[in-house]
Amino acid sequence: MNHLICRRHCWILCCLLMLPVSVLANIDAYQFDSIAEEDKFKKMIKELRCPKCQNQNLSDSNAPLAKDLRQKVYNMVKQGKAEQEITQYMIDRYGNFITYRPPMTIGTMILWFGPFFLLISALIMMTMRIKNKTADLNQPLTEEEKHRLQSIMKQHDKEAQ
Amino acid sequence: MKKSNTMMAVPLVIFIVFLWFLWKGLSNDPRILESVLINKPLPQFSIESLKDKNIIIQSEAMPKTSYLLNVWATWCPSCRAEHQYLGKLKQQGISIIGINYKDEREAAIAWLQQLGDPYQLVVYDEAGQLGIDLGVYGAPETYLVDALGKIRYRHAGPMDETVWQSQFLPRINRLGKLGGKQ
Repeated sequence: MNHLICRRHCWILCCLLMLPVSVLANIDAYQFDSIAEEDKFKKMIKELRCPKCQNQNLSDSNAPLAKDLRQKVYNMVKQGKAEQEITQYMIDRYGNFITYRPPMTIGTMILWFGPFFLLISALIMMTMRIKNKTADLNQPLTEEEKHRLQSIMKQHDKEAQ
Repeated sequence: MKKSNTMMAVPLVIFIVFLWFLWKGLSNDPRILESVLINKPLPQFSIESLKDKNIIIQSEAMPKTSYLLNVWATWCPSCRAEHQYLGKLKQQGISIIGINYKDEREAAIAWLQQLGDPYQLVVYDEAGQLGIDLGVYGAPETYLVDALGKIRYRHAGPMDETVWQSQFLPRINRLGKLGGKQ
């Protein structure tokens, strides 16, 4: 009899141990009709940034706002909204900040192309300078320069003797 | 010779401009997001009143003069900090509309009874949908809405004398007089 009770207790204990796990899994349980739908949801919440905890995406963040926005994304995915529509919905409210794939604007274009522009202009300036220098070398000597050259050579000859 | 000297100064000037941007970036708080709704109309809504769930408040019922829209909740300590100052603004004749954001109705009503009610109206945004439409990312936030229903400014964080004097008053003076008493 004693043995039996112990067994029963073990069973209850096992159930209790499993309980918190199942509760945790239920916090953010979303139901999907298809794998494509689920993939879309997962992709969206990875690409959208939480406005509250800025270095986390919606998927990682535990902030209540991130939870609300996840729910929003879920609802929109269920409504069959396109990815672009969902992103636009968020941008209209939270700005370009919310997406990890910011669109091309003048500001982001400077960031993308600025370094290449600087590199190319530096290369152009360098080649121009080098060209100018070599062009100087190929110029024929002026009269004054010829005189100076001759006097230097004469001096040199004298020293050599 | 003179021409090449001025050419030499170009990289230096670019460098100084670059430094200036970096220097400015140091005092930038990345947590402060600029609202994308500036100069855009207030989003449409239709939500229960905080004090009476049978009353539905529509966005059309917002004041026709310029007013403040204050997002608050009882779970937010900074809201408690700014509450007294909002009362002062009310005494100055400024219309304030409250958005009770993701809160419990009873707690919010008790808070207003206990600390005073600076609001002309309070809408009860339990699910936070109006918050999302406004781009709210925390409480408290205070919006300045003009007489045409356009959002002119958003301040994230508690309202106080400094913020009021430096951010809100100059904008309000530009818009014309604010509030019911005119």
